[in-house]
Amino acid sequence: MSIDIDTARKVAKLARIRVEDSDLPKLAGQLSGILGFMEQLNEVNVDGIDPMVSVTPMRLKRRADVVTDGNIQDQILQNAPDAREGFFAVPKVVE
Amino acid sequence: MSANSWTIAAARDALRKGEITAVDLTMSCLTAIDAGDGLNAFVHKTPDLALDQARAADVRLATGAAPSMCGIPLGIKDVFCTKGVPSQAGSNILKGFKPEYESTVTRKLFGDGAVMLGKLNMDEFAMGSSNESSCYGPAVNPWKVDDILRTPGGSSGGSAAAVAADLCLGATGTDTGGSIRQPAAFTGITGIKPTYGRVSRWGVIAYASSLDQAGPMTKSVRDAAIFLQSMAGHDPMDSTSADLPVPDFEAALTGDIRGKKIGIPREYRIDGLPAELDALWSQGVAMMKDAGAEIVDISLPHTKYALPTYYVIAPAEASSNLARYDGVRYGHRAALASGDGITEMYEKTRASGFGPEVQRRIMVGTYVLSAGFYDAYYNRARKVRALIKRDFEQAFAAGIDAILAPIAPSSAFGLGEVGTTDPVEMYLNDVFTVTLNLAGLPGVAVPVGLDKKGLPVGLQLIGRPWEEGALLNHAYVLERAAGFVSKPQKWW
Repeated sequence: MSIDIDTARKVAKLARIRVEDSDLPKLAGQLSGILGFMEQLNEVNVDGIDPMVSVTPMRLKRRADVVTDGNIQDQILQNAPDAREGFFAVPKVVE
Repeated sequence: MSANSWTIAAARDALRKGEITAVDLTMSCLTAIDAGDGLNAFVHKTPDLALDQARAADVRLATGAAPSMCGIPLGIKDVFCTKGVPSQAGSNILKGFKPEYESTVTRKLFGDGAVMLGKLNMDEFAMGSSNESSCYGPAVNPWKVDDILRTPGGSSGGSAAAVAADLCLGATGTDTGGSIRQPAAFTGITGIKPTYGRVSRWGVIAYASSLDQAGPMTKSVRDAAIFLQSMAGHDPMDSTSADLPVPDFEAALTGDIRGKKIGIPREYRIDGLPAELDALWSQGVAMMKDAGAEIVDISLPHTKYALPTYYVIAPAEASSNLARYDGVRYGHRAALASGDGITEMYEKTRASGFGPEVQRRIMVGTYVLSAGFYDAYYNRARKVRALIKRDFEQAFAAGIDAILAPIAPSSAFGLGEVGTTDPVEMYLNDVFTVTLNLAGLPGVAVPVGLDKKGLPVGLQLIGRPWEEGALLNHAYVLERAAGFVSKPQKWW
């Protein structure tokens, strides 16, 4: 599967990573190389095989649905690049 | 021999006998670290914290009932969240991040009295096999046999360099596709990747959650047993953490493997494995045989598909895990132009915060999970993963106790030598290591000798799930038989 420049642009957009137009051909080439390497998997007969969904067959533990944590607003905001009045601040989202 | 070069076992005994204090032991490491800046292993030093912890350890040791790790100075890989101490996973996107909480692994180690000397260099988000994708620049291998600076391996390159150069007594690592075992092999030290679920992932900055597993990197097999004991155990904060008792790993080191069956997987005898590495593998086989083990030729038929399987599944999980780095809650946010909205903030932050290899893996993962390709890539890879796991299960069901195999297709290579134009070239380094991450199995790297260049070479033993004790005992036999005692000549 070869990745063309439009597909590379679309993948970068989906991944929310800005890639300049001038860098798209190189990116498309590298992604094509990596995906080409994965094509080997098409040689394997996987008929009747279920996809592996957990490393160790186990039932995930459940816990009581109760509040166990909280009231740590200062700690949560401590590392924010921009926090104001007890909130994370971001550029305007709604016009 | 200065105290920083001691094993954990020797230091434990000396501390308990009062032959040295934890403060003096820690000081010898801090001195070595300051003289070791040329290795670029420690990227955030924490001497004040270390001395506070060492003083507390001395008080505890004086009571006569201190755990084995009490007063032992360690390096901590930058991927572990440590409260109030920079924890960046080698990435600029986490620049300035100081966690408000402690990872379970470091909390347990500190609970046992261990001392943290600082944070160790690594590939960005543990994505790499040479430590060259780090935002701090590469760590350097203390083994230098000519004028070439070599990689200590990756992603736990700083951990490997620090232990091999005696900057600390041991270090934490993490292993998603070989990131403990390959750097251990490249630097002539020991490292174990435990069974998936044995060590809590809580507070370990995630790369690929179904593959990530933390473990110790040490100067001996006994040290690995002592260190792992302190890291392991059930943790309600990690839903995949196994609720199983942790046996006494050190007590399992009997040195007796008579009658055990060691599998030699024929598919690991690949074209391109240098003859001298093949010869060292054969020597390892002979050592196990001399120790009374039965050598059995086995087949793991899906081995060659492990690497492409890994490079679908790991980026898929990474693209999801790394979606959290959006410039809102922690770390780096790009400078924005006037009129930029939230989408521009995300895109510019992620473009400037992530390095090229991380960006590539996020985009590969995004692609293989996208509508129309999910079945062709991701689901197919998960099916092949099931077959790879089944290969191992069949070998163990046939009575195999452990599998002996090479770790990497070469000894340590020069910085800048591999993968600069083609990323896949670097991926090939993981050919022998990713299989057991996919299967969730424990694996241990043991140094066995030097190649013609004078660089260390290791072998790995792969064990049954949850039987790290028996696995370490096999490693102990190999370690004693190989008698690897070489140390890098100090040049840094």
